[in-house]
Amino acid sequence: MDCRDVQNLLHPYSDGELDLVRHLQIEHHLAECAACAEHQLGLRRLREALASAPLYHHAPDALRARLAADLRSAPATPSRRGRRRPRALLWATAAGIGLVAAAAVTTGALLSRASTSAETKLVEQVVAGHVRSLQADHLTDVASSDRHTVKPWFRGKLDYSPQVPDLAGEGYPLSGGRLDYLADRPVAALVYHRRLHAINVFTWPAPDADETPVRALARQGFHVCYWQRAGMAYWVISDLNAQELDEFAGLLRQHSAAPPP
Amino acid sequence: MRLNLDERGRFEHATLPHLDAAYNLARWLTRDDHAAEDVVQEAYFRAAKFFAGFRGGDGRTWLLAVVRRAAYDWLAKRRAWAAASFDEAVHDRGDDASNPESLVIRKADQQLLRQALEELSPEFREVTVLRELEGLSYQQIAAVVGVPVGTVMSRLSRARKQLRQRLAPCPGREE
Repeated sequence: MDCRDVQNLLHPYSDGELDLVRHLQIEHHLAECAACAEHQLGLRRLREALASAPLYHHAPDALRARLAADLRSAPATPSRRGRRRPRALLWATAAGIGLVAAAAVTTGALLSRASTSAETKLVEQVVAGHVRSLQADHLTDVASSDRHTVKPWFRGKLDYSPQVPDLAGEGYPLSGGRLDYLADRPVAALVYHRRLHAINVFTWPAPDADETPVRALARQGFHVCYWQRAGMAYWVISDLNAQELDEFAGLLRQHSAAPPP
Repeated sequence: MRLNLDERGRFEHATLPHLDAAYNLARWLTRDDHAAEDVVQEAYFRAAKFFAGFRGGDGRTWLLAVVRRAAYDWLAKRRAWAAASFDEAVHDRGDDASNPESLVIRKADQQLLRQALEELSPEFREVTVLRELEGLSYQQIAAVVGVPVGTVMSRLSRARKQLRQRLAPCPGREE
């Protein structure tokens, strides 16, 4: 074994990856060859430096907590979309009735208190809709980052035309849209992305003309924002952090000011 | 995550103990705190989805392979979305590494070491992180990265060579 062979094998030697015979051959060579021994010393020092420097990135506690929460909050039964649908419809119907009732008794603002059962149910539906869209690999029916493709797609599928603002310039590119079912009616679901986070925007004609400010809440590790403006109800949900989702909600609210045709 | 209670228990048992390893790899590959969290979260979602395909064995290696894939997807996506603005320029290194006297890497300050590691190309960075920080064997690294053991060995050699050159450039010594 010459110096060239030895130097080629120094790394696996240093990593303890050589068989015993070759390991001993190299050990023997290093004892006699100063040049190779110096190579070995340099390698050892590099590895010692890597081992002693605080280079390891430990997972933040918040991430740990969020993952544990995600796991706990996930629907416990593996189910296909088809099987889950009926339950979602049932929920939707129940919530829809509650929604109308709530709208009838509250004046001023729709869903004014976080404690109303209608709102709670709608929140559940929104969360379920979001989770379903991610789980079933069915985030979008029409996949496009072009609002001029997504907006017309809803024509003939809904009795209204949702606003589809282009927020790519602000770092929230559009990924597409799909039909979903919430509040006892088919609704438009617009899908935006922030990094790897999908953001679902559910929007449908509001039952009244009230304008409400953006309200935010957290459920099962997801952040939810909702408001009502220009006759439309908006529900936004994502696992994005609250700060960025607030920003997104603000942008969407600002860009969807025009009344629906 | 589409798991029943039984699977969820198995999944947690197989993957949660390796969260630090997952985050460390994601953080070194993305070089960004937020992105690393996103990548890990995405990886856990994917891992849960494909958990049925996990037949026991080395949970850490299996999870790290998923994390690695998610990190590379993130890198590709970022390249597609953002233009060149936030890449190498941010991590440009100064000239303070070029001290021919400092043969002894022990003296290299930790910041320099961190920077040198961050500057390696991803395929060199990942084998170094998996070997030196995670302590994986060549075989385990090969499983995570999806290349033959021989490739792991040669990448590791070249990565270390580059690190030594960056930390203590000494003309004519290492080639």
